[in-house]
Formats: sequence, C-alpha cells, structure tokens
Amino acid sequence: MFKEYDPIKKNMFQVMDNDGKIINKKFMPDIDNAEILESYKNMLFARTADNMTVSYQRQGRIFTYPPNYGQEAISGAVARIMRDEDWLVPAFRELGAYLAKGATLKEIFLYFMGYEEGVNFKNAKNFVPYAVPIASQLLHAVGIGYEIKYNKKDQVVYTFVGDGGTSEGDFHEALNFAGVWKAPVVFIVQNNQYGISTPFRMQTASDGVAIKSYAYGIKGIQVDGNDFFAMYKAVKESAEYAKAGNGPVLIEAVTYRKGAHTTSDDPSKYRTKEEEDEWDVKDPLKRLKSYLKSQKLFTDKDEETLIEDYKKEIDRQFIEAENFGAYPLEDIFKYTYGDMPDDLKQQMVEHEKFLKWKELSLKTNV
Amino acid sequence: MKKVMNMVNAINDALDIKLREDKNVIVYGEDVGVEGGVFRVTEGLQKKYGVERVFDSPLAESAIAGTAVGMSIAGLKPVIEMQFSGFANPAFNQIVSHVSRMRNRSRGKYTSDMVIRMPYGGGINALEHHSESIEAIWAHIPGLKVVIPSTPHDAKGLMIAAIESPDPVFFMEPKRIYRAIKQEVDEGKFSIPIGKAKVLQKGTDITVVAYGAMIREVQKAAVRAKKDNISVEIIDLRTIYPIDRETIAESVKKTGRLLTVHEAIKTFGVAAEVSSIAIEEAFLHLEAPPMRLTGYDVIVPLPKGEHHFMISPERIYYEILRTVKY
Ligand SMILES: Cc1ncc(C[n+]2csc(CCOP(=O)(O)OP(=O)(O)O)c2C)c(N)n1
Repeated sequence: MFKEYDPIKKNMFQVMDNDGKIINKKFMPDIDNAEILESYKNMLFARTADNMTVSYQRQGRIFTYPPNYGQEAISGAVARIMRDEDWLVPAFRELGAYLAKGATLKEIFLYFMGYEEGVNFKNAKNFVPYAVPIASQLLHAVGIGYEIKYNKKDQVVYTFVGDGGTSEGDFHEALNFAGVWKAPVVFIVQNNQYGISTPFRMQTASDGVAIKSYAYGIKGIQVDGNDFFAMYKAVKESAEYAKAGNGPVLIEAVTYRKGAHTTSDDPSKYRTKEEEDEWDVKDPLKRLKSYLKSQKLFTDKDEETLIEDYKKEIDRQFIEAENFGAYPLEDIFKYTYGDMPDDLKQQMVEHEKFLKWKELSLKTNV
Repeated sequence: MKKVMNMVNAINDALDIKLREDKNVIVYGEDVGVEGGVFRVTEGLQKKYGVERVFDSPLAESAIAGTAVGMSIAGLKPVIEMQFSGFANPAFNQIVSHVSRMRNRSRGKYTSDMVIRMPYGGGINALEHHSESIEAIWAHIPGLKVVIPSTPHDAKGLMIAAIESPDPVFFMEPKRIYRAIKQEVDEGKFSIPIGKAKVLQKGTDITVVAYGAMIREVQKAAVRAKKDNISVEIIDLRTIYPIDRETIAESVKKTGRLLTVHEAIKTFGVAAEVSSIAIEEAFLHLEAPPMRLTGYDVIVPLPKGEHHFMISPERIYYEILRTVKY
C-alpha cells in the first residue's frame, strides 16, 4: 500500500467511489459484513449524537461545540482498529474514536457544559484529554511512543490534528522526533479543507500534507478520508507498520468539515454553497450506506429505527449530564497541585469567609 | 463628529485610520482577513486595503510574531493578532527572546516595534485556554509595553498611540466587554498617551485601582459603597507597563487606603506592584495595608466553576468594606 500510494505519485488512496462501489478490490480491507455493518452503525450513532449536540447548543443547554459532521469515517475507522491498550491522543474533532475508547456521551456533554470532569474519561484506558492549543498534543503522542519502545510494549499511539495544525512548529517537531526515535505513532491529519475560515491552500504551499512525510524520513499516505474502506485499510496497515518497529506513519485523511468550525462560526462568510454541494456527494455515511444497500445488508427503514433508538439514548445521557449537579468550590483548587501550598489553602478559606458574609448580609437585608 | 461605538468598532476604527495614513502598517494573523477575525475586530479592512496589507496567516503564532520581528527590522509596522491570549504562548520565545530585545541588542540600530493584539480574560463561558489573564507575565519582560483599555473611547485612542509607539506594545482587549459598552467616540484621529492612568471617579475614603473588564464591576461596587457613605476613588490603570506611579501615589496619599482589583491570579501579579508603589510612595499616609482582590492562584475553571473564580461587584464591595474598616 505504501509503495503504490507513495505520496510522491500524487495518487490519493481510495477503495470505494462516491456511489459506494468498490473500485480498488486489491486493497479492499479484509473485514466481514457484520463488522462493516457495525462500523456503519457506530458512524451513524456518532453523527446523530453530533447533530443533537449542535441542537442542544442552539437551545442554550451547552456552550461552544466543534461539530464532526462530514468527517465521521476517519474516527469511524480508527474506532474499529484501536485496541484498549493503544493510546489515543486527540485534537477535538474525533467523536467516534472517543466513544470507541470508552468515553461516554455523558462525559462529552459534561465537558461542553463546562465541567472538567468531562475529560476525565473514567472508564477509558489510555485516552488523554483534548488539547485545545492546536498541534501541541502531537509531541505528547511521540513521548508516549518513546515509552512504548522503551518498555517494549505491544501498543501504538493514534494522534490527530487538523490541516491548520500542520502549520504549527509542533507538528513538524513531532514528525521529526518520531522519525528519529522510530516511535510507534500513527499521525492522522484530518484535512477538512479549513482552519476556521482559512482554506488549506493558505496554510501551506505544498501539494497536500502526506508529501511532508518525505522530509522527515517517515512513511506517509494520502487517503480519501470520506471512504471508510480506504481509511480502515490505511489505519490498519499503518498501525501494523508502526508496531513492528518501523517508525511512525503520517496519514493525510482528505475530508470536508460540513458543519461550522464551532457553533459560534458562520461558514457562509468564507465559503460557497457550490463548494458545500460538491462535497455533499462524497459524504462518508452516504457512501458506506450505498455499499451496504448494494450488498442487501441495510435499508433506509433500518436506519430510521436505529436513529430513533439512538436519539433516546443520546437524550438520556444528555439529561444525566444536565443533572450532574453543582460545582464545589474546592474543585477549582484541589487539582492545581499534588501538594497544595498553604497560601492556596488560605485563598480558599478567604473565599469561604466571603460566602458566609454574603449569606449573612442577605439575611440582614431582608 | 462623534459616533456610537463598542470596543470592537473602536479598535477597528483606529486600525482603519492608521492603515489609511501609514503605508507601512500591515495587519495579519489567523482569520483576520476574509473573516475579519473571530471577534470581527478587523472586519472590512481587507476589502478596503487589500490582501497585501490585511491578511490571513497560516496557523502558527511563533511564526506570526517572528515574521513581525523581521518586518519591523526592515521598516514595516506590523499589527499582529493572537486569536486568543492563551494562544500567544507558542510565540513566547519570539516575543521574549526577540521582540522585547531587538532595540537593546542592536544598540538602537534595529527595533521590533509592533502591536500584538489579543482578546483576553474570562467570563465568556469559554473552553480551556480562552479565559486567562496573563498581563503580568508580559509586563515582567523589559522592552514590552502592555496596554489594557476599558472603554471604546480609550481603546481607540490607545490603539492609535500603540501603533505610533517606537516600542512593541501588547494590546490586550478585554473580550467580555467587547460589545457590552457603547459610547460616543470621536470619529477623527486622536490618541491617548501610553503610561497614563485615569481617575474615573473622585473619592476620599479609599482608592480602588483596576483595569479592563474589572472597571465596570468596580463602578457597580462603588455605587453600593456610596449608600454606606463610603467615598471611593476609582483609577483605571489603562497601561499596565509603564505603570503610572504618580497617579496611584497621589490618590493613595489622599485616601489613605488602597484596594487593587484584577481578574488575573494574585501571586506575583499587577496588584502586588501597585501595592508596592503605595508603600514606597505613600507609606506615611496609609491607614490600612494595601489590599488585593484578584483571581485565585489556580487555572481558570471551565464555565461551570468560573463563578467561584470571577470577581463580582459584591466581592469588590466586601473588600472595600474590609479595607475601610481595617
Ligand atoms: C495554538 C492555537 N492557536 C489558535 C487556536 C484557535 N483555533 C482553534 S481551532 C483553530 C483552527 C484549527 O484548524 P485545523 O487544525 O484545520 O482543525 P479543524 O478545526 O479544522 O478541525 C484555531 C485557529 C488554538 N486553539 N490554538
């Protein structure tokens, strides 16, 4: 795969066309129908949850949220391949992968409601919190990769970044270190064509991202990120390559952010309806569904029923998150240090004094 | 002629005036061109002045600051934006190692005078890294000036002064009040000197020093204090560095009491500096220790915990009482 799709050949890796037809049998991943169906369901669940989260935001029930709409096949593929012991070092637009790791929707909602508990991911093993400073997380992934090699573990690190993030120095330093250390890291760049309003062509003069792997002496591949089968194959082979001690892989997943950058963004300011329509044809769920239908594995009716069930489950978890309860004062203090300085303890005491005064002054005023 | 403006309009207006009159002024940063910035501060400027003068850069803050150093050395006047103050951190090396030092290093042959604009501060229900106030860190670097306006009028006048300054200026915009305050602002060109505080309200019992989004909160607390016959003098610092020692000292000599209020954390912060000025310049006039009301020494909490951290008029009033009754 790496040879045939060497980025220097400018040949994007695809397995399935826009109508869900397999056009590249040689590289069709070896997965059975049940697995394909399960993968589709996961992506559908992620999309339904994502859509509902946007509407919760519109109803004022959560704060700013970055939608995944249109990019689901990328996380969808990682979700099926990543194991419990593998590490996930995320950016912030990989919902399907978080759920696969064992994060709950309730936790994800909590975060966007403004509770730090939402990135604690209680039951998820080897899953680091989201990194808001763009691209900074990639270096952490490389450090984790070093530990894996050092202790000779059978693990791999999956880490994500957007196309905008490839402009940051941290991106280049991470690839460079990973290359030198032969760290078992799969870097996945979700090239969704935009960093907020800035189009990809304004981030770099290079022809795509995958080609940059050359300069760091590592493997790279450009993949149709809306093609579930291509993503599955690419991620699987990359993980095996990295685990075998060959070093990191840079996957450029070419996709499109169909939604807004976040719920506070308005894409009509910087892109056209025509462009959006062009990408609509390549929608990752539509394509995989067409495949499933052609194989008589799935119907629109199945989808309707599933979505109804999903919505109930999503809403149930949302309500649970809404009832999470008050945020205790001590929680803003207690995680700052392992060994809390006296000075800080005193600050908390002072705040409690203020609260007592407030209570008293309210009483005496009435 | 005057026009009603909020702080976003006022800064935009200042940039517009300087872009018009000085061909060396170049405005760039992430999403500042086509979109006009995520807070729309630079809206319309690319249309007016073209993509060579107002443009979107790739997503890399260190590169934005570093290239601005080069532009400035070569004679341009960059006005760069850090999308949020929390994302100036990747540029720390360029700012501390070069922006602040080029004049000294080259013995005045080269300068890196530029304006580094950024929205900062909490209270907007934001994600991590979008709510910090780290003005003290920048003010601690020799060679940098740090300006924080609290009104549209001041924002415009100070921005013009910042662009005309021979030194690099950090222009920190309290985003919580970007659109919250509207006032009539002169449409023409005017500037407000950097390094001069402003006495917003005269008073006799206590001096309260603040800046940025805290000013409004202090004003509310002062109204409540007035009902208790406490007369509050309010000073808007407007510039963090160079700090206006004289205005602080004169006021404290008169009132004998000082409370400094800021959103930024306490330890090694601006309030400590203001308190030291009071002790050094007005020691014999003090009737109470200089007091500080600041953020706690913690990471700014996410929205659900932010009320524990943010400073309310009520807390300011409480501290005013404590200081006056000391
Ligand atoms: C260091 C840093 N600079 C700026 C920002 C503000 N910001 C948040 S998302 C974003 C664009 C990211 O674009 P990209 O990497 O393409 O990812 P996408 O949002 O498209 O998934 C920017 C500039 C940030 N979070 N971190």
